[in-house]
Amino acid sequence: MLNPDTVGRTFTSADSITVTQESITAFALAIGEPNVEVAPPTFAITITLDKSQELLQSSGLDWTRVVHGDQKFEIQRPIVAGDVLSCSSTIESARMVAGNEIVTVRSDLHDGDQLVASSWSTLVVRA
Amino acid sequence: MVNPGGARMSTFTVGQEFEPKSYPVTRELLVAYANASGDQNPIHQNEEFAKSVGLPDVIAHGMFTMALAGRYASEIAGSSAAIRDFSARFTKPVVVPAGVTVEVLFSAKVSEVTDATVKLDITATCNGEKVLGMTKALFRN
Repeated sequence: MLNPDTVGRTFTSADSITVTQESITAFALAIGEPNVEVAPPTFAITITLDKSQELLQSSGLDWTRVVHGDQKFEIQRPIVAGDVLSCSSTIESARMVAGNEIVTVRSDLHDGDQLVASSWSTLVVRA
Repeated sequence: MVNPGGARMSTFTVGQEFEPKSYPVTRELLVAYANASGDQNPIHQNEEFAKSVGLPDVIAHGMFTMALAGRYASEIAGSSAAIRDFSARFTKPVVVPAGVTVEVLFSAKVSEVTDATVKLDITATCNGEKVLGMTKALFRN
């Protein structure tokens, strides 16, 4: 069970991530996307899922039981090589449905003051 | 044609459909995706482990299938740089047996057009079954 006090709180990771061309190219290659000038639209997950995992595990959630239920991105501008992204994550909701805990985590990626992309991951913790 | 409003005419219309495309999924691509995305969950690479937790075989990352849908949407939009919003529900896993190339078939229909944006409803199936639900992409018109 998730510690209920953590719902609604925002955690900003201390370190920022510098996006490399190698990381964009490797991601694009794996999915067959020919354009490597910008990151593919789901690239943000390479940063946000990791940060969500850290946040949820530190909040008491059993990650080994987690299944990805749904996913949403809002992209202000494409991620490009050289971006220095900081990630802040908020547990937006946690509820029980038929014995399974369903948690939605929002993660915002900023380059300096500029919001680049937001990601919402809904995770199902199997009972 | 004279366009008094000065607005660019969209080439997209509501109800417009696009040529379906199928993209391959193999164990090798899942390893490449695991390394590129950082998601090293063994259910996406290790058959023995996947079966030990009750799965029929290795399954693709839901985010891998969604990324393929993003590639399809990017092709329709003209560039991956045009995608603004993108969402999907993971309804059924894509099962990837060893030595087999599994195909995921994508199709799409325009559901909304504004001066600024086009909304696509995307369908993703594998062996005739829907693997993603509620898959929508909004891109700059």
